[in-house]
Amino acid sequence: MGDFLTAFLDNMPDVRSGLWTTLQATLYGAALAFVLSFLLGLMSGSRLLPVRGVSRVFVEFFRGTSLYVQLFWLYYVLPTINTDYEIEPLLCGVLAFGMNYGAYGSEVVRGALGAVPKAQREAAIALNMTPFQRLRRVVLPQAWPQMIPPFANLLIQLLKCTPLLWLISVQDLMTVMEQLRDRTGETVPAYLTLLVIFFVLAYALTMLMNMLEAAAKARLGQHTSARGLLRSRSGQIAGVDR
Amino acid sequence: MTFDWSWERAQEVLPLLLEGFKITLLATVFGIALAAALGLAVAVAGRAPSRLVRAPVRAVTEFVRSTPLVVQLVFAVALFPGTDPLYVGTAVLGIHYAGYTSEVYRAGIDAVPRGQWEACTALSMSGRRTWQAVILPQAIRNVLPALGNYAISMFKETPFLAIITVSEMVRQAREYGAEHFYYTEAFTLAGLIFLAASYPTSLLVRSLEKRLGH
Amino acid sequence: MATDQPVKKTGPEDAPGGTSGSALVHFDQVVKRYGDHTVLDHLDFEVQRGKHVTLIGPSGSGKTTILRLLMTLEKVSGGVIWVDGEPLTHRRTPGGKLKSADEKHLRQVRKKIGMVFQQFNLFPNMKVLQNIIEAPVNVLGMDKDEAAERARGLLELVGLSDKIDAHPTQLSGGQQQRVAIARALAMRPEILLLDEVTSALDPELVAGVLDLLRDIARSTDITMLCVTHEMGFARDISDTVMMFNEGRVIESGTPEKIFTAPEHERTRDFLGAIL
Repeated sequence: MGDFLTAFLDNMPDVRSGLWTTLQATLYGAALAFVLSFLLGLMSGSRLLPVRGVSRVFVEFFRGTSLYVQLFWLYYVLPTINTDYEIEPLLCGVLAFGMNYGAYGSEVVRGALGAVPKAQREAAIALNMTPFQRLRRVVLPQAWPQMIPPFANLLIQLLKCTPLLWLISVQDLMTVMEQLRDRTGETVPAYLTLLVIFFVLAYALTMLMNMLEAAAKARLGQHTSARGLLRSRSGQIAGVDR
Repeated sequence: MTFDWSWERAQEVLPLLLEGFKITLLATVFGIALAAALGLAVAVAGRAPSRLVRAPVRAVTEFVRSTPLVVQLVFAVALFPGTDPLYVGTAVLGIHYAGYTSEVYRAGIDAVPRGQWEACTALSMSGRRTWQAVILPQAIRNVLPALGNYAISMFKETPFLAIITVSEMVRQAREYGAEHFYYTEAFTLAGLIFLAASYPTSLLVRSLEKRLGH
Repeated sequence: MATDQPVKKTGPEDAPGGTSGSALVHFDQVVKRYGDHTVLDHLDFEVQRGKHVTLIGPSGSGKTTILRLLMTLEKVSGGVIWVDGEPLTHRRTPGGKLKSADEKHLRQVRKKIGMVFQQFNLFPNMKVLQNIIEAPVNVLGMDKDEAAERARGLLELVGLSDKIDAHPTQLSGGQQQRVAIARALAMRPEILLLDEVTSALDPELVAGVLDLLRDIARSTDITMLCVTHEMGFARDISDTVMMFNEGRVIESGTPEKIFTAPEHERTRDFLGAIL
């Protein structure tokens, strides 16, 4: 234990930079996933069959082909298609995470939009709003609080996938800890530390999402208790309703 | 820009992938079976009368769920160096997913009306009998679609076992790629095999969900 | 709103010169079907400008469908609805023919019409003031301060000046419905549709809302089409009462005539059961 702790403290800059890389992959991946969620989710409600179809195919493809395979495909196969262009490994990760979780997230958006009562859309029509105004001013603000809990689940899932970056030689937290473990030969302390760091990160992200949800609900005139803010969110996985 | 695809190589790698696919399926089947059994045990323990049982059970499942499967896998293999990584990996998959399935059971148990518990008390039934004859039969019926979805989800995460040298499908693809310096066919086919297996299964689960009125 | 359903046979492909006389609303052989079920069966009626018309009849007789068609929440299966001489459900092509309306046309004709719903349908993501000024500002392009000023006036009219900053969830059903009435009036409609506006209210809250509507009926020249089960209210505000049964108007006339000397047996049965 002593060796590992010393090495850990001595290599704090590496640990910090690994942590930062992990967070970057999580946040950029989540940002891409967020944009895709709305894009694909809104497309799936289109009146035009080709638009719905593109969304459907994209979603089923990225949900069906396994994140792991997508990541490796981007890393190994994409560079062979266009050899002039080097793709940054971290970018590979962000793209794979973003597209995979964007596909899951679009289902969240679709479900939440569908859950807004039809009467609300009709009231908006009766006030002669344009289709865009109905979506922007009435439907989306009401659907948004419902999206946050499943989005929080997806965010935790995404965070938990970032150690895959280790496999495509990104210097993320996992990689740094593997190097420390290798150097000191102290397996148990190294992995336990890594697990605890991820646990803390997951919990912190959960709290943030809970606060976001409470704020969104407050705008609809609903209020959340302090206990509700501490509630854990990891009990579910992408695309599974219980 | 060219997509360098060779049917010859595809033909060459496909049998290797299918060989790996057997391992993938095996790990999924045993993994989800373990997750289903262990999850039930955890859910029942989470209902134990004593806080001394409930609190640690909750803490451990929370921890297992909130930490990455990848780290858990490499950790477990390091802890049991002599054991076949396939066994270790399948066990870790099962334990990791038990964290999720226990929540499924918990929701199912919570959905059993209070009156059912009270009726058992009124009939002086033993705790064991209450669970066996009354609560669980009602709780488990509605969790099947969710278990199905977790099975699909686990199936798509079995490639993680490649990290601990289990030669499932994606490991085969990587090894072929590393040997021949051609990854295109191996990874593309691996992805398509996943899609071909998981898409129909998820349609099946969705129809099951509809039938059970979810 | 999907709009590309072809005009059915009952629609006059060669448009007449609009509508007969000076009717503000004219249902011209309107048919509405849901699958095999015919809700409105070649319905014909007119409403003159400034008049208050009440539709009565048993549940499921198609009264609400009439309002929903006028509000363009539903599409006709056949026939044409005319509003102020213009086809509501169709647009004129340059050749003078009628085609199914597109979104642009629908938005044009909706300008004249406002609606109050049975379930209020206030927007829960907006406070009371925003509910009222949302459409005037963003649809009519009214200045925000001006819209707010008018909203204050309307809230005073409906007796809720103190609730201007409340969330809809903090209001009682009756209060929500008053806000919904103010919201509809803020759009300055020529035609106001009232769809069973007191049916979802607790009994003690009904009278207040009806009194408010009586006030509005008396003090404005808004044309009103009203579906209600409140016969006292119908008698008070209506110029014409129309009795509906199985998709057709079986009898219509002044409230005195309908309520005191109904001709049709079905009307007598209905009034006997409800009064």
